[in-house]
Amino acid sequence: MEIFGLSPTLFWTGFFVISTFGAYIAIAVWARAGTTNDFYVAGHDVHPVFNGMATAADWMSAASYLSMAGLIAFSGYDGSVFLMGWTGGFVLLALLLAPYLRKFGKFTVPDFIGDRYYSQTARIVAVICALFVSFTYIAGQMRGTGIAFSNFLGVPIELGVIIGAIIVLFYAVLGGMKGVTYTQVAQYCVLIFAFLVPAIFLSMQITGMAIPQLGFIGTTTEGEPLLARLDQTLMDLGFAAYTAGQKSTIDVFAITLALMVGTAGLPHVIIRFFTVPKASDARKSAGWALVFIAALYVTAPAVAVFARANFVETVNESEYSIDVRRGEAQAADMGPDATPQWFYNWERTGLLEFTDRNNDGRIQYHADPEINEVTRLDQDIFVLANPEIGGLPSWVIGLVVAGGLAAALSTAAGLLMVISSAVSHDLCKKVLFKGLSDGQELLIARLAAVGAVMVAILAGIYPPGFVAAVVAFAFGLAASSFFPAIFLGIFWKRMNKHGAIWGMSTGLLLTGAYIGHFKIGYSSMALGIIALILALSALILHIGTREERKSAFSGFIVGAGVFAVLGLAGLSGLLPSFAMGTEDQWFLTISPEGFGTVGMLVSFIVSVSVSLATKAPPQAVQDMVEEIRLPSGSHAGTTPAHAG
Amino acid sequence: MASTDAEAAGAAPPVRRSRAEKNRKYWRDNLTVMVSLLAVWFAVSYGAGILFRDFLDQFSVGTAPMGFWFAQQGSIFVFVALIFVYHALMTRIERRYDAEE
Repeated sequence: MEIFGLSPTLFWTGFFVISTFGAYIAIAVWARAGTTNDFYVAGHDVHPVFNGMATAADWMSAASYLSMAGLIAFSGYDGSVFLMGWTGGFVLLALLLAPYLRKFGKFTVPDFIGDRYYSQTARIVAVICALFVSFTYIAGQMRGTGIAFSNFLGVPIELGVIIGAIIVLFYAVLGGMKGVTYTQVAQYCVLIFAFLVPAIFLSMQITGMAIPQLGFIGTTTEGEPLLARLDQTLMDLGFAAYTAGQKSTIDVFAITLALMVGTAGLPHVIIRFFTVPKASDARKSAGWALVFIAALYVTAPAVAVFARANFVETVNESEYSIDVRRGEAQAADMGPDATPQWFYNWERTGLLEFTDRNNDGRIQYHADPEINEVTRLDQDIFVLANPEIGGLPSWVIGLVVAGGLAAALSTAAGLLMVISSAVSHDLCKKVLFKGLSDGQELLIARLAAVGAVMVAILAGIYPPGFVAAVVAFAFGLAASSFFPAIFLGIFWKRMNKHGAIWGMSTGLLLTGAYIGHFKIGYSSMALGIIALILALSALILHIGTREERKSAFSGFIVGAGVFAVLGLAGLSGLLPSFAMGTEDQWFLTISPEGFGTVGMLVSFIVSVSVSLATKAPPQAVQDMVEEIRLPSGSHAGTTPAHAG
Repeated sequence: MASTDAEAAGAAPPVRRSRAEKNRKYWRDNLTVMVSLLAVWFAVSYGAGILFRDFLDQFSVGTAPMGFWFAQQGSIFVFVALIFVYHALMTRIERRYDAEE
């Protein structure tokens, strides 16, 4: 069984991880960046299909790849919010943002905000949002990398984090956006292959269909409808039916919308569309990106059903053997009703736990905590455990681990690019030292990437307590600050800088306060929010003009005011409690994950009314908006003189 | 090529329209396409998958309840199609008003 003295699983995992990492490094050396144009936007020269693949890899993080299917398996219909939310955003991106931002022809999102709103203050607010979103997101990716290394290659988590970080650093610093893009293309191929292979095997085993999407709507090999049977099995065990939801309709609606709009407003997704040659390529590229993303997203719900059905049917009422647990026997020799081998394997990791409450030697899996004997069940294990559950060869397990690492590293690299360009381009070149040469700016961009990796390593080794709130924060903030400012900037010429500054700061504060209240608790949240606002205020005081300062502070006050009104109206009891908020205090049953939708609506209302109350933007800016709306001339990058 | 496009545009007169007017019409057509496609986007996800899901669940796609299927599969297929339809329609509009790059 052993290969070179290693267990087959370890051998194949090592084989796939080392060979894919080698490939990424080789690609990085081939795609070195020579200019800032290469470094930030890959020379505006990436083919739309390749850009689509890179965007897909950039977008699909360790969470999409490793956690989503398990999450859906245990939430059934409610899991739809992630499926629709994280794909539907690309429709918004393609129709509302990508072609126009590409036509605008600069490098970053703060570039657009700063130029469109003719304001350094607006640029700074955008830089802070971009940095905040990217840092919180990248911490999770590094952590995921560390866990994958430690579980499968037996290296400590810390060392895993550092190995992953060095690889990313190598190709991001050397190749910039160009290196990152072509490595992401390779990473996409690895991760999608690794996701589909086990899904196809499982589908054949359970439904006899080779295509998981057909298996999902098909019948089991015994001829029963798959979903109806799973519903029945779960209800017999006291669980809710798989196809029924637990969340309120308004919450499902709000979460889906917040995730969609947040997707369209995330800076690391948006900058991908700056890399293609023309504005029309940006829409085509968004289409391809969604094709490649959908390949995983329409397979995940099928994998979820197979995983849940498999788990219930092979584990519930199976005979548990202490000999197998001790490693003195094989589950295969214990008879037809025996608990499968993979259960013991994962029990050893501590992510799965069995307590024989009634001492009958069998595992009871039930909704009632008094009866249930599966006392710990980490939903994240399912994608990794699926090959074992399906009895697939050990090379498939190695492939799945390499796929998980590809997903984590590609997302981390994309975020690194946002951080480095926000620091070198938006902050240093556009605000602090305006006379930077191309070469100096490139050097700062590389140093910023190194600095960001150092912070990411620390965040991966000592994960801050707020990681659980990260997803809600990143999407909520993108939805309530970036999206309204960019959307109105393109589609409403009358939108001016006061509207943008008020709108962004209101959305930021309101959404931040709500999520903080329910995810972190008032006291620690207050510290975080106060620190954020102080930092912002100091910068705005330093840079902004008098009237811009007034706009920013008024926006903060409105955000705090709306939050206070929600609390005082008694709708949610937001204000009186200083402990963490509880579910029954949610505003209109909307969870923190869905509150970005409310923040976005408030931000839209504030932006529009403030713009109407103040004077129209200068003619040059209105002309620029006209230019952005027309596709002609985006080859040149910058817009030509405004003729006629 | 140019003449067939002009015919396809329907009432397009042979006289050359001014650049500003073409730009205005281009933008108006763009908005029409955008709003129609976003209506479909809303209908398949928020409509079929969320708001009218209980009603649709009495029908089925294969063996899956239809509302549930739209929420987990159908809406995603439609999203992909929408972007490519948008790209095709916009390419035609750009050609009609000579707004290509």
